[in-house]
Amino acid sequence: MPSLEFLLGIVMMVSLTFYALLAGADYGGGVWDLLAQGPRARQQRELIAKAIGPVWEANHVWLILVVVVLFTAFPPAFALISTSLHVALLLLLLGIVLRGSAFIFRSSGATPVPEKRPWGRVFATASLVTPVFLGVVVGAISSDSIRMPGEKETLGYFFTWAAPFPFAVGLFAVVLFALLAAVYLTLETDHTALQDDFRRRAIACEVGAGVLALTVFLLAGQGAPAIRERLSNSWWTIPLQLATALMALGTLWSLWARRFPWARVCAAGQVTLILWGWALAQYPYLVRPELTIHNSAAPPSTMEALLWILAAGVVLLFPSYWYLFHVFKGDTIADRPPALK
Amino acid sequence: MSDLLAARSQMAMSLGFHIVFAVVGIGMPLLMVLSEWRWLRGGLEVDLLLAKRWAKGTAVLFAVGAVSGTVLSFELGLLWPKFMSWAGAIIGMPFSLEGFAFFTEAIFLGIYLYGWDRVPPKLHLLAGVLVAVSGAASGMFVVFANAWMNTPAGFRLVDGKPVDIHPIAALLNPSSWPQSIHMVLAAYAATGFVVAGIHAYALLSDKGSLFHRRALELGLLVGGIGAVLQPLSGDSLAKSIARNQPVKLAAMEGQFETETRAPLRLGGLPDVEQHRTRFAIEIPGALSYLSYGDSAARVRGLNEFPRDVWPPVAAVHVSFQVMAAIGGWMAFVAIWAAWRRWRSSLADSRVFLRALVGSAPLGFIAIEAGWCVTELGRQPWIIQGIMRTADAVTPMPGLIVPFLAITAIYLALAIVVGRLLIREVH
Repeated sequence: MPSLEFLLGIVMMVSLTFYALLAGADYGGGVWDLLAQGPRARQQRELIAKAIGPVWEANHVWLILVVVVLFTAFPPAFALISTSLHVALLLLLLGIVLRGSAFIFRSSGATPVPEKRPWGRVFATASLVTPVFLGVVVGAISSDSIRMPGEKETLGYFFTWAAPFPFAVGLFAVVLFALLAAVYLTLETDHTALQDDFRRRAIACEVGAGVLALTVFLLAGQGAPAIRERLSNSWWTIPLQLATALMALGTLWSLWARRFPWARVCAAGQVTLILWGWALAQYPYLVRPELTIHNSAAPPSTMEALLWILAAGVVLLFPSYWYLFHVFKGDTIADRPPALK
Repeated sequence: MSDLLAARSQMAMSLGFHIVFAVVGIGMPLLMVLSEWRWLRGGLEVDLLLAKRWAKGTAVLFAVGAVSGTVLSFELGLLWPKFMSWAGAIIGMPFSLEGFAFFTEAIFLGIYLYGWDRVPPKLHLLAGVLVAVSGAASGMFVVFANAWMNTPAGFRLVDGKPVDIHPIAALLNPSSWPQSIHMVLAAYAATGFVVAGIHAYALLSDKGSLFHRRALELGLLVGGIGAVLQPLSGDSLAKSIARNQPVKLAAMEGQFETETRAPLRLGGLPDVEQHRTRFAIEIPGALSYLSYGDSAARVRGLNEFPRDVWPPVAAVHVSFQVMAAIGGWMAFVAIWAAWRRWRSSLADSRVFLRALVGSAPLGFIAIEAGWCVTELGRQPWIIQGIMRTADAVTPMPGLIVPFLAITAIYLALAIVVGRLLIREVH
């Protein structure tokens, strides 16, 4: 029987994976709104808005779940992360607030037409910036540099994360999210030219993701040596790297061959493997180099109760979530792209 | 501005901002569902139109509520890491329950708002019901966590650390039900009254509009029931405070001396230097009666407690008076509405409509005042009797910067949302 803290660590990773695959694509959609261009820029933006509209708020809740499980099951880790990464988290929050608000302001019928464009800009820019800081936080907790700052120490609040490695992770996150969004968007329309727009973008992202993966790995030599060591010299190194590479190639091939449903499976698989590879390399640490899931775990009574709540919650959550996607994405899931009205 | 004050201000401002949207997120789904239900039961086309119009406004408010709620969940750690490190394992239960309630709310709100043409009418209504139920549940769970800060339970204190944590006992601490019922009723009352006020305003110039008449009925139904029940819930909450937080009660009531037959003070201004509350109308024995059900009961005054555990007495007392006075007025308007409905029709009296317009924002003012009572009234503690707010604050310097940044953004959002809603109403 695995330990309680191990199970809760798995829960956090599963939630983070859902967040990346679902909310990540919503951010990626915003990135493509920002970069919309060519003769079909308007249609691209409309398609993105239609794809995100009904689901982004539900997708966003995965992040809340990660935070809640973190502070309930691993309180000292939550305290340490939110103290030492205060500034980065604040910027992340500003991004979350502006992205969500601007999106709804733009889509509201009460917003005067001339104001829609600036709100669209805010939404799109915030969609680009927010995942950078998400990646920065993940990079920072992996980088062996987070200790509780002293009473009068100011620099610690910036130096822990304002470094090349966390920002490279941030950019990597943005490119992966943009990849997911572009791949998913090919399935949201049956308009061939529009599909091709996102197909080209997805291929470019896949190439960019490869370059950034290499960059992150190289920067980890300085920025996160322990993680790099685990990623390159573990028994799982070769199978994991092979599987990830296969998924990336599979994404490229299916995009090339216009097998969009397969591209979606491969891209989602690729992002999932990257996340779980990171988790394997980070294990058992939550915040390197001091806090692990063991030394920051809450008392067993709390973790047991939390697991029961999570088990009960999941029974409610998944059918509801399935229904939401069935209603709004049912035709894309059945591989029959809906007509663009 | 000290870092502690900046942190407290940021938390107060973030809560004060979010609560408006959270409350609307509890109240509006109920109103939309009622109107849609009327339509489904063979009612009028305007009932459907009304549900759709309300849904449009709610979409904006819910989104801002979702993101400002996210800010709060992070701020627990950004501002109060020592509190979360100490108490996270104890108060995590209500937050994780709230997480799932919020999931349900967001999922079915998506279906409700975007699914008018995509799901069958009965399922659409059911989605709305689920939004209303999970919205109320999510509000209650969050208040459960706040209740624990007022009446911490479910652990033993050994060497300043919590041991033997019992998450269910912490969840169901003595303040949980009184506080959360009070909050949910407040949400219904405030939302119902603001909706009634808006449609009453429209009826003043367009008396015959069926659309606004139907809206007014529902607003007053939800708001009125909330407002009439609220004094009862307030009474049970006050009795709980009298038992568990005597200092808070003394500050709320401006009670400096411990006395039997303590009077209820209406209005007045506590003077902490002189140790008395001036300019209040006093009803002899009424505070003793309301607190303990016996007009001769002994009520403990502030002087019985060391000065360094007093909350800011004047602010707590005045906030409480504002909340209670508004609550009384709203209950009166609710009864007035019932009487008007029984006599003739709600929309026939211009005096009544004007009173509704004037009362529209009052519920929200009462809610803000009520949160001032519960939060300021608990000071200097973040966990009553166990951890001081000053000991919970983050060591990060320069907290005025995040405070100003968040304030500026929220101010801008408030202006934008306000303008949108005004346009929506017109």
